[in-house]
Amino acid sequence: MSETIGLVFIITGLAFDFLGCLGLVRLPDLYNRLQASTKCVTFGTCGIMLGIFIMNGFTGMGIKALLCAVFLLLTAPVSAHAIARAAHIAGFKLWEKSVCDKYQEDKGKG
Amino acid sequence: MRTLRWIIGLILFVGLLILNLTVEMSTLLRVLNPLIISCFLCLWRIGIGPTPADRVVGIDILGILIIGFCGIFAVFTKYDFFIDIAIAWALQSFISTIALAKFLEGRAFDE
Repeated sequence: MSETIGLVFIITGLAFDFLGCLGLVRLPDLYNRLQASTKCVTFGTCGIMLGIFIMNGFTGMGIKALLCAVFLLLTAPVSAHAIARAAHIAGFKLWEKSVCDKYQEDKGKG
Repeated sequence: MRTLRWIIGLILFVGLLILNLTVEMSTLLRVLNPLIISCFLCLWRIGIGPTPADRVVGIDILGILIIGFCGIFAVFTKYDFFIDIAIAWALQSFISTIALAKFLEGRAFDE
């Protein structure tokens, strides 16, 4: 039973990885691409690691996989936020059809 | 023109899915095929990216995909040192992404 649930998690993670990379290629703008490709992390690779944990239970391999998933969940949003902030400060333009840029308004005010 | 491109992409996607499920190969390769295609899409973005920030995003996601590779190998070969490699790769990928982001912002590395 736990083998089946783990395999379902792994297949879902693979689908999320593929769709995230498709978004990385197809979307028009740096910030849109970042938004799509962060889905690779939070359910793609973390889904694979959670599937390994469900398949193996509390053995050595399962605990290490759970540790890897927690570490990914802690660090991936930090790195994505660092890239977006650095790109905005360095002056890369948004897509011309974008409607909202709150960070620019805040910089203008402060 | 836009509808035609959507239909061509959908046919390509469904064709690759059916090909992956019907052609004779091992189960490990069947599971690895989407990740290999994703890696090639990432390399395409790193190659043609119009701005340097696009390339940084591509490098970040390529590291994440390699962690997924290590997980799949650990499931199908029953060796657990692949998970150790995955944890170490996650650490160095995080550090390198932060360093590249600081470099992109226009500061020096040691500031």
